[in-house]
Amino acid sequence: MVVTKLNRIDEIFKQLRATKRSALMPYLMAGYPDIEASLSLLISVAEAGADLIEFGIPYSDPLADGPTIQAASEVALTTGVNTDIAFDLVKKAREKIETPIAVMTYYNAIYRYGLERFAGNAAESGVDGVICPDLPPEEASPWSEAAAQYGLANIMFAAPTSTNERLKKIAHMSRGFIYCVSLTGVTGARTNLPSNLTDFIGRVRKVTDKPLAVGFGISQPEQAKQVADIADGVIIGSALVSLIGADRETCTDAAAAYISKIREAMDS
Amino acid sequence: MQHVLPDERGHYGEFGGKFVPETLMTALEELEAAYARYKDDPKFKTELEFYQRTYIGRPTLLYFAEQLTKHYGKAKIYLKREDLCHGGAHKINNTIGQALLAKRMGKKRIIAETGAGQHGVASATAAALFEFECQVYMGEEDTRRQSLNVFRMNLLGTEVIPVTSGTRTLKDAMNEAIRDWVTNVETTHYMIGSVAGPHPYPMMVRDFQRIIGDETREQMLKIEGRMPDYIIACVGGGSNAMGIFYPFVGTGVKLIGIEPAGYGLDTGRHGAPLTKGDKGVLHGSLSYLLQDEYGQILPAHSISAGLDYPGVGPEHSYFKDNGLAEYSSITDKEALAAFQLLSKKEGILPALESAHAVAYLEKMIDKTSKDDIIVINLSGRGDKDVQVVADALGVRL
Repeated sequence: MVVTKLNRIDEIFKQLRATKRSALMPYLMAGYPDIEASLSLLISVAEAGADLIEFGIPYSDPLADGPTIQAASEVALTTGVNTDIAFDLVKKAREKIETPIAVMTYYNAIYRYGLERFAGNAAESGVDGVICPDLPPEEASPWSEAAAQYGLANIMFAAPTSTNERLKKIAHMSRGFIYCVSLTGVTGARTNLPSNLTDFIGRVRKVTDKPLAVGFGISQPEQAKQVADIADGVIIGSALVSLIGADRETCTDAAAAYISKIREAMDS
Repeated sequence: MQHVLPDERGHYGEFGGKFVPETLMTALEELEAAYARYKDDPKFKTELEFYQRTYIGRPTLLYFAEQLTKHYGKAKIYLKREDLCHGGAHKINNTIGQALLAKRMGKKRIIAETGAGQHGVASATAAALFEFECQVYMGEEDTRRQSLNVFRMNLLGTEVIPVTSGTRTLKDAMNEAIRDWVTNVETTHYMIGSVAGPHPYPMMVRDFQRIIGDETREQMLKIEGRMPDYIIACVGGGSNAMGIFYPFVGTGVKLIGIEPAGYGLDTGRHGAPLTKGDKGVLHGSLSYLLQDEYGQILPAHSISAGLDYPGVGPEHSYFKDNGLAEYSSITDKEALAAFQLLSKKEGILPALESAHAVAYLEKMIDKTSKDDIIVINLSGRGDKDVQVVADALGVRL
């Protein structure tokens, strides 16, 4: 099956560009704090103003992630969540929301599941793109081809340590948007944005006109606003995940309130 | 046929590669370029050879184990005595090499992961000698099993950071070391201790360890006037095995790698990915691993902390699939018996890791004759394991 309609991710960035706004892109994890709640969260966060949701499939060895997402992954895996259940959650969420969803997981989860099968099942359940933090362009071709076949965006990473030559390769290969890692480090909330962020984003802009989303370390509304001024998308992960973990009973409302607040700051 | 892998992208057939976050890619490219520049550089080679000879204590002995040979009454058994390397294990062959490279790359800090603590100690040793700041990640479970090595590293001026995530063993220590490297990549050299990890590590560590095999070949020709028939080595990540195997690949010598079968291959509690695993990606390379149907990594088990790893170096996976070496396994119990046998017969306490290779004699020696020659790579000494062995035998110290 080859999907020819415009991917939801391309659609949203087209719309946002027209209105000169940046995308708010929260990260949620399948099975966190539990399977059912992660479905409610998908819907509430979308309704609160998320433009795109990153939906993490928890992994046993998340080596690009800091303590918050590591701990959440361990909790999520004890719920019995797996790739099939994560896809099923997306399918259920699709009954209510049209927000683009990009699944985030490590390459072994894709490789072991089977590239074609992963791409096919993801697309069928309503996933629009896949983000894989340990798959650099050198190794990405087989997956990139499988993803393209099913109309999935294969979203690649750019890092401050990437040379300009690498940035070109990454930009050429990435679909949907480019995930710009704000700092040299792992995921996790930080107090300050890195001072060289503007320069880094400028370097990526020079090689591509594809949308640039910035992630890692963003947690405060004012940080989100600053990033929104220079990038096409703001990714918020660990801060949201720890808020969800703090009180499972009220997490759906708390997450929605937090996302609204960030949205407000970004649009101000 | 000359075995010339990896290819320029770091692949051994379908295995190997560079599956790491983009942040590290430039550092890997730099390391690759530095290694390519210095590996054949006469000054680098002279310096490495100097430390091998005057500091590590190379060449290590190729020892004819007469008592062990008599005990079995079959093939002649030789031990390649890597346990006599400075620090007590083969690990230092690699750490001195990488330290000399890191110095040329202008790095100030070294990080390493360790399981049994042998690679941690070897890294700490090289760091002390070449004045690097050094931090070693070690699973909390392993810091308990190998507390002696933790203190040794402290004495050498290295800080040991206990890792409390995941299974709290070697794989998690490696995750944590990679996270540190992602964060401090500009100042820090990550000293991987096995033929695992992303390219160029499996190649580079192999090249620094192949001296074991090169010496064995030369010594064997001198002593026996011919090549051995079998070479046996234990395989966790697989650096000692790769080191002794590599110069013999394709020569007709039977190369046998021994994985830890832990409580038994059928119990699911072992560390034998080549025997019981499936292909997948862990710690930057594609190889055989212990994993479930969704690609989640399964915990390994071995009485030997150094073999307690769910993955294996990618070139071993290539060797296995292409019949260049064969792989078998030995349980905790069998390794313990071999530990005692070698101690009693030869007066040599082997590391529990190396005891797995010794134990394989029981399974294969009957099919050998008195004319055959076996070399076992005695990769490390067993002093560090005395407490674990005492516990396993129910002896209170």
